[in-house]
Amino acid sequence: MAERKYTKEHEWIMVDGDVATVGITDYAQGQLGDVVYVELPAAGKQVTQMGQAAVVESVKAASEVYAPLTGEVVEANGALADNPALVNSDPAGAGWFFKIKLSNKGELSGLMDEAAYKTFVDGL
Amino acid sequence: MADPAPQSLKRTPLYDLHVALGAKIVPFSGYEMPVQYPKGIMAEHVQTRTKAGLFDVSHMGQVTLSGGDAVAALETLVPADIRALQASRQRYTQFTNDKGGILDDLMVTNRSVDLLLVVNAGCKDADIAHLRDRIGKRCRLEVHAERALLALQGPMAAEVLGRFAPACKTMPFMSGLAADVVGVPCYLTRSGYTGEDGYEISMAGDKAMLVAKRLLDEAEVEPIGLGARDSLRLEAGLCLYGHDIDETTTPAEAGLLWSIQKRRREEGGFPGADVVKRQIAEGPARKRVGILPEGRAPAREHTEITDATGKPAGAITSGGFGPTLGAPIAMGYVTTAQAAAGTPLQLVVRGTPRPAKVAPMPFVPQRYYRG
Repeated sequence: MAERKYTKEHEWIMVDGDVATVGITDYAQGQLGDVVYVELPAAGKQVTQMGQAAVVESVKAASEVYAPLTGEVVEANGALADNPALVNSDPAGAGWFFKIKLSNKGELSGLMDEAAYKTFVDGL
Repeated sequence: MADPAPQSLKRTPLYDLHVALGAKIVPFSGYEMPVQYPKGIMAEHVQTRTKAGLFDVSHMGQVTLSGGDAVAALETLVPADIRALQASRQRYTQFTNDKGGILDDLMVTNRSVDLLLVVNAGCKDADIAHLRDRIGKRCRLEVHAERALLALQGPMAAEVLGRFAPACKTMPFMSGLAADVVGVPCYLTRSGYTGEDGYEISMAGDKAMLVAKRLLDEAEVEPIGLGARDSLRLEAGLCLYGHDIDETTTPAEAGLLWSIQKRRREEGGFPGADVVKRQIAEGPARKRVGILPEGRAPAREHTEITDATGKPAGAITSGGFGPTLGAPIAMGYVTTAQAAAGTPLQLVVRGTPRPAKVAPMPFVPQRYYRG
């Protein structure tokens, strides 16, 4: 199983070859509360590291999701359109957001590993 | 409204209980308040619609006016008919300004010995200053900052509270009653902010913990935070001050003319009466309406509204997700030409126009006690 990386914005990234799957962490979904809508980027969209890529909405508020890495969106999770609550129930699995074909794998080195992310969250 | 620095935030007498119950605490109107408990907004919303929910609304202002001239004095500040308010009856009204704009909305109960006013937390300091300035010499004004206020709301609220205060079960909607709850002298009103049957319960702040814990011990009752309070009132079509109504909106524009009784419409005598009377006669240029977005994307406050051709028509003032409907809901102001139920609109969400339509409110049927 590929190693998971994390951002300070509470996204997780799992890389398979040159494609990265992106989602939000369990901590993030807990902070958001019940997710009622997710707006995802269309396949083919170019995203830039730290540029806005998606929107996740809870009952109360809308939050932006940033692209953790630069590249081209190759797939969005269509299951979230009908069942956005997957983000709450299975954030690290069925609640994934989108996949990016990476244009600069060097950006990966700036992300946290699981232990570093856990330390980061514990300090919040 | 900017949130003040944390050290200046106040706490209600139930703060420690909220923390013990695992609430997520946020700054709201100068108080540290529970926005949700561990079960979350959706579950709390459903709890209130199906059983009963207990809300801490002690941040709201409780003020009494007494003395022979209190009724006439209050009528100089609000458009409701206070003179016709019978003993133990409650009415919803607004403090208006000289342009007919709304300074705050409030509940007034005739307790015979006084008038009990319950005002919004975010406005209470300004309301009290306004009352002192305008009618402070005509009646005795008391601010009951030491009192707490709980709301018990939901279809099982009457059954639950009736175990402690049996007389509450048959009190009319929008009435008040002095009654003991677990030995604590309380003043109950049968009203609330959810669209459900229920009560607001006023008591001394140092007794609030005892009453709240005892009510939470009942199997039908769960604690409910401000998040679900907002989604419940939005489904019920009720205005949130500072969002759906403010100093720039009039009762006519806001669809609140039902709260201005005939004598006051004819006689006026409240600030901005000329503007409101003209709007009653001619119709306001814009109206507050319910809006149902198509699809699942919520449209939040300040979202631009256009007509079906893209011409600007107004803005959303409250918008989110209605858990009972399982769909996004909103309210906002549109030009009167666009205000009829069923009128197609577009909501510009993150730059993209999305179809929506004007919908009747409330979004869910109100289930107030009608005897």
